[in-house]
Amino acid sequence: MKTKHYLTLASAALGMAAATTAQAEDGYDAPAGWPSPVVEHPMTTVRVDRLEYASPDKGGDALVWDFQAWYGGDFNRLYVEGEGQNVQGDGEDAEFESLNLLYSRLIADFWELQGGIGYQGGIATNDYPERYFGVISLLGLAPYRFETDLDLMISDEGDISASLESEYDLRLTQRLYLQPRTEIAVAASEVKEFGVGEGLNSVRVGMRLGYEVTRRFAPYVGAYWEKEYGDTADLSRAGGNNTEDTGVVAGVRLIF
Amino acid sequence: MARSSIISHPLSRRQVLKGGAALGIGSAAAMGLTPAWANPWGRTNVYAQGVEEGPEVSLAIRRESLPIDGQEAQPITINGTSPAPLIRLKEGQDAVLRVTNLLDEPTSIHWHGLILPPEMDGVPGVSFAGIAPGETFTYRFPVRQNGTYWYHSHSGLQEQLGHAGPLIIDAAEREPIRYDREHVLLLTDWTFEDPMSVFRNLKTMEGYYNFQERTIADFFADVREKGFSQTAEMRGMWAKMRMSSRDIADVTGSTYTYLLNGHSPQENWNALFKAGERIRLRVINGSAMSYFDVRIPGLKMTVVAADGQPVQPVPVDEFRIGVAETYDVLVSPEDDRAYTIFAEAMDRSGYARATLAPREGMQAEIPKRRQIADRGMEAMGAHGMGGMDHSNMAGMDHSGMSNMSGMDHSGMSNMSGMDHSSMAGMDHSGMSNMQGMDHSTMGGMAAEQAKIGANGLLLAGEAQPGSRYDQAGIGIDPDERRILVYRDLKAITPWPDRREPGRELELHLTGNMERYIWSFDGKKFSEVTGPIHFVKDERLRLILINDTMMEHPIHLHGMWMELENGQGELIPRKHTLNVKPGERVSALITADAEGSWAFHCHLLYHMDAGMFRVVQVS
Repeated sequence: MKTKHYLTLASAALGMAAATTAQAEDGYDAPAGWPSPVVEHPMTTVRVDRLEYASPDKGGDALVWDFQAWYGGDFNRLYVEGEGQNVQGDGEDAEFESLNLLYSRLIADFWELQGGIGYQGGIATNDYPERYFGVISLLGLAPYRFETDLDLMISDEGDISASLESEYDLRLTQRLYLQPRTEIAVAASEVKEFGVGEGLNSVRVGMRLGYEVTRRFAPYVGAYWEKEYGDTADLSRAGGNNTEDTGVVAGVRLIF
Repeated sequence: MARSSIISHPLSRRQVLKGGAALGIGSAAAMGLTPAWANPWGRTNVYAQGVEEGPEVSLAIRRESLPIDGQEAQPITINGTSPAPLIRLKEGQDAVLRVTNLLDEPTSIHWHGLILPPEMDGVPGVSFAGIAPGETFTYRFPVRQNGTYWYHSHSGLQEQLGHAGPLIIDAAEREPIRYDREHVLLLTDWTFEDPMSVFRNLKTMEGYYNFQERTIADFFADVREKGFSQTAEMRGMWAKMRMSSRDIADVTGSTYTYLLNGHSPQENWNALFKAGERIRLRVINGSAMSYFDVRIPGLKMTVVAADGQPVQPVPVDEFRIGVAETYDVLVSPEDDRAYTIFAEAMDRSGYARATLAPREGMQAEIPKRRQIADRGMEAMGAHGMGGMDHSNMAGMDHSGMSNMSGMDHSGMSNMSGMDHSSMAGMDHSGMSNMQGMDHSTMGGMAAEQAKIGANGLLLAGEAQPGSRYDQAGIGIDPDERRILVYRDLKAITPWPDRREPGRELELHLTGNMERYIWSFDGKKFSEVTGPIHFVKDERLRLILINDTMMEHPIHLHGMWMELENGQGELIPRKHTLNVKPGERVSALITADAEGSWAFHCHLLYHMDAGMFRVVQVS
């Protein structure tokens, strides 16, 4: 039942994206069969913002990824985006913190409003508990050039949570950039199975120094600090996990 | 240069002979012996890519391998060359141009700047269906004008692949210009990337080709020069708007090789002359995306035509040529030495170069390149700065803004309706360094009342408030050398239609730079629901208001635009108008060409992104 609902959502999103490729008629009296003088070009792009090896101070080393892909035109797009990690040597498969399929609509010069479905858990593995979300997201460039992604999620159990990611590119030279980055997660209710407490869950702050060999290929190194708060921290402590950690990363930003 | 020596006067027999030779008359016999390109002196109209003589010309369009700047490339060629050959027609001829498409996709040729029947204009989807692969389309039209023009594909992004060439029309009657030799200088921007990749890069990553962005080093340099608070305030304003003050060209020298007659700066194409000759340079900007600043250090240039139409001579050291514009200039090198023809890209990311030399293989010094400029207030003005609180700016030092002379109040497009009563208490005393600021448009407000015609509109030929015809634009220091500005352009004699405009049509040039959407009045071509309508034979005023922070060369097909640059009845006419950021310009149009016509920004990727409309005259 639930799955069916998601499928409807997804196909609706696809349908709307496809509609953008159709031409509006200019209405001047050109004979049928003449081409449009200007043609729309729907596009696909994949941006792997972070593909990195993280070595935390306390926890185990992990391969971390964060990617975003879209297909569409200027106003309507279909997004697939995902974040996750594979902790090395824990004998478990990769875990997706999020894997979203979203329809996106340009609502202002710098802002897209997105809606769709999300998934958390493993892919082709039973190592992790799974849950689905309805996701509403505001993605864009805030004044002063902060890349901003605000997600609001309602899980299939009715649990509400939100996350805010923001990053800024500081240009040191034409190719060398420094990128501070923050990620804040909050939840309206406790979900023990996923280690989510009520209120402020966690804050993660990172800094990356990258070099654009090309616009599409930029290796980087960086460091981060993360801390859990309140009930979330309590749940971690109960499970014998750390609530605060720092780490270093080395990775690459890729754009296709 | 004295004007009297250029403008038409009774000629001696010797001058007539010389003039005749310059126009190619009498040299045709000599032409038959060797191909034009094989003779280093050419005929008097040297153009590196060969010549196709009218009235009947056959052109074959192919994709083939040719070296460009010494590297393997796959340009679109016409009759085997890219850029395409020079087509030479004569006023009064009935041109017959047979164009055969040997590509594996449809193509077209648009005759840029020519007044001709709508079905011969060559815009697929507006004038005709296009030329299918393997098909030959025959363009037939009477040649009713003369001067320097060009031709290019109007299909997709083909123009970027070198599908462009010069089109010169010799006058039926004696021109008001005397010269001994002429050279055609076609500027183009070549990339080894696929044009669709370029478009995708622009669409998916803002600033992809800009490797001259401001860095932290620029910030500290500004802090040293102007202090922290002013620098932070200025940078803050740009950051708040999420724009880059270094956004001057979308596609830059980081991918472009700038070519002059198909040759890179290293290849150094030579244009030959003999000392003491007067040379006519027919300069055409056939680029997809690049504005150039053209100069020949050591030589004064006299501008004698703009967009193929004669203008009263203007002696200059440099001129800016927007995409699709043409300028004819005269130079008279007295010395037997080489001169560099230097065409610097507006964003200073590169240049095209050739050498004007008495013998082949010579070269002269290449001038030092200028630094990229930062856009100033005029570009911000375009982005709703009207609502900005200027009280914060009291302590702002404008001296550091390289283009401060470019400041005016163009953002305030509707000055006549503006209520100044609330400004009485406004304190300008804090603006210590505003001498470069142009208040002329404000000063003119009272006077403007007197320039309103009986129909309530500004009199024909008057400059719009918000126009900046006395400025060349970004990156130009007007004190450095004499540079051509639109204000300088003055017709030789008034054009025939002297009617006052019957109505005004206002169009905003708009865009979303983050998404690379370009449009008119906020709507790209696929969003508009109908053509712009001109009533047959009406005289109207087209007002273009640039709401973006980029320059746009706006081109109307089929009809002239008479640029209202304040020259009264000596209004100059153009086919392509450069509209600077935040500027408001106007043109008078006689809608005498029945049919459907393209109207668009001539930056190729702006057009393809939607900055295109159809004008229907009926």
